[in-house]
Amino acid sequence: MAVDPLIELRDVNKYFGTLHVLQDINLTVGRGEVVVVIGPSGSGKSTLCRTINRLETIESGYIAIDGKPLPEEGKGLAELRAEVGMVFQSFNLFAHKTVLANVSLAQLKVRRRKKDEADQRSRELLERVGLASQADKFPAQLSGGQQQRVAIARALAMDPKALLFDEPTSALDPEMINEVLEVMQQLAREGMTMVVVTHEMGFARSAANRVVFMSDGRVIEDRTPEDFFTHPESDRAKDFLSKILKH
Amino acid sequence: MDVLTENWSLYGKGFLGTVELTVYASILALVLGFVMASFRVAPVGSLRVIGTVWVAVLRNTPLTLLFFAVLLGLPRFGLVLPFQVFAVLALGCYTSAFICEALRSGINTVPTGQGEAARSLGMSFGQTLGNVVLPQAFRSVIPPVGSTLIALAKNSAIAGAFSVTELLGTYKTLNELGYSIIWTFVWIAVGYLIITLAISALFNVLEKRWGVAR
Repeated sequence: MAVDPLIELRDVNKYFGTLHVLQDINLTVGRGEVVVVIGPSGSGKSTLCRTINRLETIESGYIAIDGKPLPEEGKGLAELRAEVGMVFQSFNLFAHKTVLANVSLAQLKVRRRKKDEADQRSRELLERVGLASQADKFPAQLSGGQQQRVAIARALAMDPKALLFDEPTSALDPEMINEVLEVMQQLAREGMTMVVVTHEMGFARSAANRVVFMSDGRVIEDRTPEDFFTHPESDRAKDFLSKILKH
Repeated sequence: MDVLTENWSLYGKGFLGTVELTVYASILALVLGFVMASFRVAPVGSLRVIGTVWVAVLRNTPLTLLFFAVLLGLPRFGLVLPFQVFAVLALGCYTSAFICEALRSGINTVPTGQGEAARSLGMSFGQTLGNVVLPQAFRSVIPPVGSTLIALAKNSAIAGAFSVTELLGTYKTLNELGYSIIWTFVWIAVGYLIITLAISALFNVLEKRWGVAR
């Protein structure tokens, strides 16, 4: 499937103490592909997402972005992280900066853009996520859904090759989930490479090229959403789906 | 009352001596404390070790002993400086250990997600600390840093025992001149109060000023 791999994980293992949270993970994400990772709590899906830009270190295995192995701590790693955007469950907007400054900060410091240029780009992106009018507010003055859309704009400001979403809607009120999912759907349509850890099965069905099902630190299934939701192969996936799709 | 008016210049010199010691040692303590706090949260293991050892040694040494070590020890290794400079070094290094820990506790009040978000955008450790973590930590460390600097002002009295001109040391001369020991000390205490209340006022202003950031 993945002709042009952008993200590659081979035999990745990670432990938290004695807990083996990632067990021989193999995953390839092609350029322009949207991969949704689902699974029960504690299955290692968030950890998997965080290893891709080395917010979590791994004990063994190989991770490469665009053909280049993930560097150790330092300048090389910072450069690579600039290429891989990340959106967090708890938004993590910089609390002491305005919305506009949140989106501009890394453009100024990492991409070394001029202030006017960065601010202009930030306003374009805020416009795109429907928040142009909120540019001068502080994050705490926005709703959760608005904060998450700012966080997406902030990640996009670096012109990343890929975006990682770590449960982007799990901390949101139900009525705010859609406004975030719509932005993500739009990105998916525009061909952004995305790895999305989520519990939103609707999004998985409609936007994903592939669904990866994880349980107990292993990848159990890696198939198209159509296949996965209608004919899950493993008992673990059947059990999981029966629990979440029942009501 | 006479003791003050008749010895105005003696008190004045002592007062200025204490102010100088406090200001210079505070600057040194803030700079060193900042550097050491950065070391203690750095991703590089050897830097963390340096920070930890610095704090452990300086925080756990009695200040008087540290004065002896600096004022009598360093000249043996060929480093001869005016006693006032030595006193600033001793006071500044000692206090930097406390400043470091105050800053570090402030850094720990900033949610880890803030640093993660900055790093995930490709910001370096220094950029993350300087642009995201410290500005948010700053507000919560204003009160403890203020207390530490007040303690520094009072600790500067030890320098008097090493023939550095400062406020407490003036009592020796005044005592020899036969003034009432009680009034001598009352006016010395007032001198210290002026300095410490000025520090409190400064930190109150800082707290009000930066309190709106969040």
